[in-house]
Amino acid sequence: MARLSMVEAINAALREKMAADDRVVILGEDVGVDGGVFRATVGLLDQFGPWRVIDTPLAENCIVGSAVGMAISGLRPVAEIQFEGFMFKGFDHIYSHASRMLRRSQGVYNVPLVVRAPYGAGVRALEHHSDAPEALFCHVPGLKVVIPSTPYDAKGLLISSIEDPDPVIFLEPKRLYRLFKEEVPDGEYRVPLGEARIVREGNDLSIITYGGMVSVCERAAQHLSEEGVDVEIVDLRTVWPFDAEAITSSVSKTGRATIVHEAPRSFGVGAEIAATIAERCLLSLLAPIKRVTGYDVIPPLAKLEEYNYPTADRVIRAVHETMQF
Amino acid sequence: MDVNKMKEMIGFMDPEGRVDEEVFKGIPEELIHRMYRLMIFTRLCNNKALSLQRQGRVGTLASVRGQEAANVGVGLAMEPGDWFLPSFREYGAQFARGVKAIDLFTYWSGDERGIKPPENSRVLPICITVGSHLCHAVGIAMQARIRDEKIAVLSSSGDGSTSQGDFHEALNFAAVYKLPVVFAIQNNGWAISVPFGKQTATETISQKAAAYDIDGARVDGNDVFAVYLTVKRLLDAARNDHRPALIELVTYRMDDHTTADDASRYRKREEVEAWIEKDPIDRLRKFLSRKYGWDEKKEEELQAALTQEVEETVAAFEAESPPEPTDIFNYMYSEEPWHIREQRDEVKRTVGESSR
Repeated sequence: MARLSMVEAINAALREKMAADDRVVILGEDVGVDGGVFRATVGLLDQFGPWRVIDTPLAENCIVGSAVGMAISGLRPVAEIQFEGFMFKGFDHIYSHASRMLRRSQGVYNVPLVVRAPYGAGVRALEHHSDAPEALFCHVPGLKVVIPSTPYDAKGLLISSIEDPDPVIFLEPKRLYRLFKEEVPDGEYRVPLGEARIVREGNDLSIITYGGMVSVCERAAQHLSEEGVDVEIVDLRTVWPFDAEAITSSVSKTGRATIVHEAPRSFGVGAEIAATIAERCLLSLLAPIKRVTGYDVIPPLAKLEEYNYPTADRVIRAVHETMQF
Repeated sequence: MDVNKMKEMIGFMDPEGRVDEEVFKGIPEELIHRMYRLMIFTRLCNNKALSLQRQGRVGTLASVRGQEAANVGVGLAMEPGDWFLPSFREYGAQFARGVKAIDLFTYWSGDERGIKPPENSRVLPICITVGSHLCHAVGIAMQARIRDEKIAVLSSSGDGSTSQGDFHEALNFAAVYKLPVVFAIQNNGWAISVPFGKQTATETISQKAAAYDIDGARVDGNDVFAVYLTVKRLLDAARNDHRPALIELVTYRMDDHTTADDASRYRKREEVEAWIEKDPIDRLRKFLSRKYGWDEKKEEELQAALTQEVEETVAAFEAESPPEPTDIFNYMYSEEPWHIREQRDEVKRTVGESSR
């Protein structure tokens, strides 16, 4: 057991899976000698050599495309895209091939591929370095989309993702990479895909969230509890296919739902969550569902970032409105 | 790297079927007959499918007529352990690698069960998005290097694919990592309506290999011996010495792009007729009669036998049971998640209702 940050937990997951399974290989830009621009792969080149930790030419399309080929032929590649904003050069291979090969080969070739990328805003980064594109991936039939919110979950979810027989998009909230440390067990353990985590239990209102917003919602819930509002937080962890059962049982209990994500609101993951609640437990609602999200804008640069990135204040305001309905 | 040498057309068989003995002595007679048989079988299947399409019994398909030598030569040059990544106009190569003709009819008829490659064949489903599979070939070749497996990988695609970013990225990756991969380009002169001269300003495709510092070769794609021997040589170099290569097979698409296309909108009949004069099957037949005394009787027997095989294939295809409506949910994930299960159940229920 050691206290690890999220990026250290990701490094530990990669190291342990690579040691345990020689089919696991890493490829991407600067993943080898440099250890990744966020140091997620630091030390792995020395331990596993240049044919398992592959510094590729600068071409995201072929990073993902060649990883698809590796996966088809029996490896378990983990492709790192340096920032989520560069994933779209590889999107064709995700959308047209990784997600379809199992079907297009009628079960002959599965694609056990993980595409990892630092994700989201909150670190005052450059253009194309603060995006939250998860809904685009969720909308691709055949994919799974995972976004961890803690070091413990990051390690366990990444191990499950590498072991999964199908392609997984693994988005790592870069704001959380070094935000806090927690106890992370040594050795392999798994956080199953598709299972949400109840971050805190409560009876008055359910916040459904994931990734970098979980800690924001925890701050809001702490403040609200001091006011006497008892909030439950559901961390999806696997954004798609999400844990519909956890969402509906929480909302059925509390009768109120606030959905929080940093991605743009319209057609976002929140819309799917709201539809799921409406379809499955509408009659238990005591108030309309609210969404606290990034706006439908291009992620602003540093000086305006805080106006788009949901804050605890915005979550508190939304909860107040819901409670007062 | 001699760019001029890369531009030279390699050809061993002249239009009259004359071949320098030295060149082809590496090809046993049995293999030559197999080439011929496969080329004719490919054309007969193709033509049968075109006629079924006109009758509405199969859907849109891409005719391979004219490219049989480039197809079959590539297909037969691979070893069974080699991986093959075909594009959508490669039936001859697919047959050579064990794909069953019935599967193509099934697929063309709109039934996805026909796209399933034979198990353990190391053949991928055809790639429809032009050029993507060049990157997949790179990944499979990387896998071979990682596991130190002595195999080669061959992707086959058209001249249009060389304009894609995937082409550049794949060749660059292959060169940097010295991967055992051969990129075969079926240059049939046309990417739907866009002629080769608008696809690239270079005189040849093969010369582009020089920019990546890999082997490049340009071959008369209607000369099955030149295709077979050159691809085989490059595959051997890839397999044994980790030398990636680009090979351009100069051939011609005699028919429309697909049955949904009308090539008379963009190319002259004279051009097509000139290429029909260079028919790869006629050329090999001339060789056979010159060298092995192939005569009309043998030709008729072979045509009859292969026509019979195609007719039996079509009969078996037409006797197939239709796919189940819920098959649309098959193979979406290795283990079916809840949302697919729910939707599958919905179709099970509603299809029952709507058929009443």
